[in-house]
Amino acid sequence: MTQAGTAELATPVPTLKRRSPYPGWFFLPAAIIYGVLFLVPTVASLYFSLTRWTLFNSTFIGFDNFAQFLREPFLIKGLINTVLYAVITSSLKVILGLLLAVLLTSQVAARGYLRSVVFFPVLVSTVGVGITFTVLMHPTNGMINEGLALLGIKGPGWLTNPNLALFSVALVDVWKGVGLATVIYIAGIVAIPKDYYEAARIDGATKLQNFFYVTLPLCRPATVTVITLSFIGGLRTFDLIWAMTKGGPGFASDTVASVIYKQYQSGFYGLSTAGNVVLFVLIAVLVVPLTMLLNRKEGHQ
Amino acid sequence: MSFVRRHWLSALAILLSIVVFLVPFAFIILTAFKDQKQSALLDFSWPAGNHLWSNIVEVVTTRNWMLLTAFINSTILTVASVTLLVIFSAMVGFVLQRRKTRWNGLIEFLILAGLMIPPAVVPTIWLLQGTGLFAKLHGMVLIEVAYSLPFSILLYRAFISTIPRELDEAAIIDGARPADVFFRVILPLLWPVTVTNIVVQSVAIFNDFTNPLYYLPGNANATVQLTLYNFQSQYNTSYNLLFTNILLITIPPLIVFLFFNRQIVAGMTAGAVKG
Repeated sequence: MTQAGTAELATPVPTLKRRSPYPGWFFLPAAIIYGVLFLVPTVASLYFSLTRWTLFNSTFIGFDNFAQFLREPFLIKGLINTVLYAVITSSLKVILGLLLAVLLTSQVAARGYLRSVVFFPVLVSTVGVGITFTVLMHPTNGMINEGLALLGIKGPGWLTNPNLALFSVALVDVWKGVGLATVIYIAGIVAIPKDYYEAARIDGATKLQNFFYVTLPLCRPATVTVITLSFIGGLRTFDLIWAMTKGGPGFASDTVASVIYKQYQSGFYGLSTAGNVVLFVLIAVLVVPLTMLLNRKEGHQ
Repeated sequence: MSFVRRHWLSALAILLSIVVFLVPFAFIILTAFKDQKQSALLDFSWPAGNHLWSNIVEVVTTRNWMLLTAFINSTILTVASVTLLVIFSAMVGFVLQRRKTRWNGLIEFLILAGLMIPPAVVPTIWLLQGTGLFAKLHGMVLIEVAYSLPFSILLYRAFISTIPRELDEAAIIDGARPADVFFRVILPLLWPVTVTNIVVQSVAIFNDFTNPLYYLPGNANATVQLTLYNFQSQYNTSYNLLFTNILLITIPPLIVFLFFNRQIVAGMTAGAVKG
């Protein structure tokens, strides 16, 4: 307001503000689509999660849906699985992505080929990857276990063993997504000035020391990006779980997102929406402090 | 010593990459060449005969040419969403970066919220039904635009900050109207990041499974990812057809990969690390 006032005083043209070269209506199309199709449902979910709902009419039942979430063992299981899945996939992506990036920025042979082959799965259909690995992980005929049998190892029932199913899906997620982490790390490593390595060389640093004292601390922004991206992605995961196990065997690999879909399919719309609210509270509670922590440490350096 | 070690490491890396990454893709291709009986063995063997063409014909014609319909639907969905997305997010990115007002904080908060918060599924369906957009392709287009806007805006905003303001001012002095400044001066300059946006978002939308599953039910509306899913439950044992289907829907991303490999990598990292 005051800004507009001084602008009018300083110049004799009264229509200056209206003719700003950066028109506010440029926000409109995006704002309408985003507001109507994303914000309205998100706000509405806060109300509908407190109701028993048939899409046509809703009965207010207070926190019953949430109470049910905390009472049913399989819903709790879904909650724990979601966090476990996100932690496993994001930590593996950080470790493997970093190691691959170090390898792929070194003088390794066939560097271009290796970069391409690691990145390509990122672009392929998640459901297609899920179906392929479901077949490869077949307990008796699957290629993975037949390969292990050649080495004299009896492979486990990757997707049929309830204790293992979630981890198997998480491994496939890493297989598909590690290329993106690698690419982000490559960008981070390439941006490190060469002087640091030269100084380290003069000081007689070994390759391992180079990695721990130069590369690792200086590609911290990349680490923050990889962790945040893969952690949020892991918490929201649905398509891979659905393509590979449908949350089974039993409820062994259910995540909050697959619970949301199952409740929706069975017509429990209120409960399904409560699942949505649980998921975004979970994301807010875990991701916001995580990003704050990661960014604070970065500031200290 | 280091010479030997380096080559040993390279050899190991190449060998591992073949086992871990190429063998699964080779499995898809080999299975697509097999007949039903041989594919049911699920083994990694050479096809007994070339059945690829008959598999393709069967996959494409199954359920009243569903895959063809799906390819048309997916293409319309992808092209329409990405077009709207590019124009709208570039407009937001431009004004957001150039004009500092007290709304900027709120807008930035909403963008971050959009990146983090999972969409509330059933309320969205309720809203789509209320507006007559449920199970309609144009409704699905608007949904994809709404969900992809935050990331696109971030990419554009980071890039626009590298374009000097003097350019806008010069255009205005030459008598350009505000819309002209954007559409005729700035938008063409955004081409590199536009390509990144087009590539990244079209791959994401083409591969999207979850949103069409919820918001676009019905066989006439199937997208390619859903044919895979429908197909699997109908032909539980016809692995040759299932993998032919996977192979066919992997072709568009493969083409994107061959043409834009470098561009994707450069753009994604620029956006991801700066954003």
